[in-house]
Amino acid sequence: MTQKLSFADAIREALDLKMSQDSDVILMGEDVAGGAEVDHLQDDEAWGGVLGVTKGLVKKYGRNRVLDTPISESALIGSAVSAASTGLRPVAELMFNDFMGVCFDQLLNQGAKFRYMFGGKVKTPVTIRTTHGAGFRAAAQHSQSLYSMFTFVPGLKVVVPSTPADAKGLLIAAIEDDDPVIFSEDKTLYNIKGEVPEGEYKIPLGKADIKRSGSDLTIVGIGKQVHTALKAADELAKRGIEAEVVDPRSLSPLDSTTILESVEKTSRLVVVDESNPRCNVATDIAAMVADQGFDFLDAPIKRVTAPHTPVPFSPTLEDLYLPSSEKIIAAVEEMVGETLTTA
Amino acid sequence: MENTEVKKSSINKGHGLWMFRKMVQIRKFEDSVHDIFARGDIPGFVHLYAGEEAVAVGICAHLTDQDFITSTHRGHGHCIAKECDLKGMMAEIYGKATGLCKGKGGSMHIADFEKGMLGANGIVGGGPPLACGSALTAKVKGTDQVTACFFGDGGNNQGTFHEGLNLAAIWKLPVVFVAENNGYAEATPFHYASSCTNIADRAQSYNIPGVIVDGKDVVAVYQVAREAVERARRGEGPTLIECKTYRNYGHFEGDAQTYKTEAETKEHLAEKDAIQRIKQYLTEEGIATNEDLETIEQEVEQEVQDAIQFAEESPFPAEDQLLTDVYVSYPTDGGVA
Ligand SMILES: Cc1ncc(C[n+]2csc(CCOP(=O)(O)OP(=O)(O)O)c2C)c(N)n1
Ligand SMILES: [Mg+2]
Repeated sequence: MTQKLSFADAIREALDLKMSQDSDVILMGEDVAGGAEVDHLQDDEAWGGVLGVTKGLVKKYGRNRVLDTPISESALIGSAVSAASTGLRPVAELMFNDFMGVCFDQLLNQGAKFRYMFGGKVKTPVTIRTTHGAGFRAAAQHSQSLYSMFTFVPGLKVVVPSTPADAKGLLIAAIEDDDPVIFSEDKTLYNIKGEVPEGEYKIPLGKADIKRSGSDLTIVGIGKQVHTALKAADELAKRGIEAEVVDPRSLSPLDSTTILESVEKTSRLVVVDESNPRCNVATDIAAMVADQGFDFLDAPIKRVTAPHTPVPFSPTLEDLYLPSSEKIIAAVEEMVGETLTTA
Repeated sequence: MENTEVKKSSINKGHGLWMFRKMVQIRKFEDSVHDIFARGDIPGFVHLYAGEEAVAVGICAHLTDQDFITSTHRGHGHCIAKECDLKGMMAEIYGKATGLCKGKGGSMHIADFEKGMLGANGIVGGGPPLACGSALTAKVKGTDQVTACFFGDGGNNQGTFHEGLNLAAIWKLPVVFVAENNGYAEATPFHYASSCTNIADRAQSYNIPGVIVDGKDVVAVYQVAREAVERARRGEGPTLIECKTYRNYGHFEGDAQTYKTEAETKEHLAEKDAIQRIKQYLTEEGIATNEDLETIEQEVEQEVQDAIQFAEESPFPAEDQLLTDVYVSYPTDGGVA
């Protein structure tokens, strides 16, 4: 059985399910409930997160388990990490991934390293839900895509869902996972709708998904860029090229097998990643394929990414900043050495 | 804690009228942005300063273009009080090439270093360490420049606030920390999020003066700010001023504000309205007549309309602007690696 849910609703459903099953699962973050200690406010009128994703959960689970924090991200992330290593299974919401700048130590030097530094004797089952992505006209400090930075860090797992169903299944897996997981949601996807399995539904971390199959070309897309890749694939099909679209879904661990198998079949690879190009996930995947799948390739690998700039505010510039299906098609044309025209 | 007994009689005409004009500019500018945003002509999101005018204006009345301010996500009022150009601001908020930051920054990142305005800030708590930096520049260079650091009741719970106060205190940096306590950080009340009764109480831990003032009364803000700015200029170190205030609009445009009470909204928007109060003060003290003030209001109305027209008629940035201004210099073009 499935139901049609928005991306935001699917996330809320995953949280609800895990909270109902496991009393160690708590939510914490800025205004995840909203209106703390406002006497006249009914809990169902509370914000439920700045974008409303956790709305309603405080009414169901109470303020002991849905905790509004002060604007103190170091205390938020640090306490979530340590609560995790001492017996809870917290889901901490970092409103925008950009704010990781405030509190990164608590992950980078603390939570991510506990397991290794302490000789494999400690578990830190914390999930950090956060948002990334441009297109919201939110400018340089609220629009970055930093999942590439988190992927860089040994000890962190990193998940970037692209559909409502994946969001639900992956978030449940992330919460159940015994390692620290960054669950990074593209804020411009919250309203997209899709069929989502009801009840228990879990997608293992480290398992890519083929969102469209094709034999001529592989396009790996990250998060929202899966949709850009699918749009490009539709366009390419009109020009006689069948693209396969692979969604890694989790960046760490990365399902390199599925990517390599696809490239083996298609002999061509484009990676679409909204994060800035230096040391990003596109570069990482390109290097992996160059290293392990060189013999499969008939053409150089192409990366379609944001440029090496901060995110601009002006809508005209922000639209140029983002990857697009046009940019993907241009990359494919470069790769095949000809201009593609509709058949 | 020092209690401030405000002597209201010592504001000269020039300062009084300047403050009135600036407060009216902020109010009209923000009311207009509210309307334009509602029509959908402004991209992204905006945080409006209406209701809090007395804070920025009462503080900046003592600053020149040589002095610095750091600001917040709710920065339009600080910019106006620091004499940023209304046209350049409005164009920036529209994302136009003629904006103060060429449309690259937007509402949350308006800056004008020539006016000593070091930038609105999208990161809550971003300001205090930056204020220490500009104050350090002044101190090392031996100038008498002062930095005013604005932040909210939410911002005072960031580690950066505490680090900034401590650093400014031990180095006796010329900073005036200005807490704008409007009662809420987004939908979270101050009394829940902060362990202190007053933000000013926190000054004690850092051995600096902490002052509470009615932030809806520009004359009162002006008086305490004078003392703090003078103290900073004399090299005696920072002061923390807590201004009790209220934001007239929601956290951002579109906020249903269910956490507010009707009584407080009524109190602040009507009885305590900062602009009505300065009007009353200026006329009662014989500093200005109602006609003088009406003339100023009309002039400001025109300025704001001109700013809107300027913004609307300005072009969006050219495409090549995407890749410029990342560095001062860079051996390649700074484009895609
Ligand atoms: C580091 C960081 N955390 C959270 C936010 C999201 N945020 C923006 S404004 C705000 C509330 C700020 O409250 P306060 O400091 O009281 O300022 P006010 O909005 O009341 O002027 C929050 C939580 C942010 N921009 N930066
Ligand atoms: Mg506030």
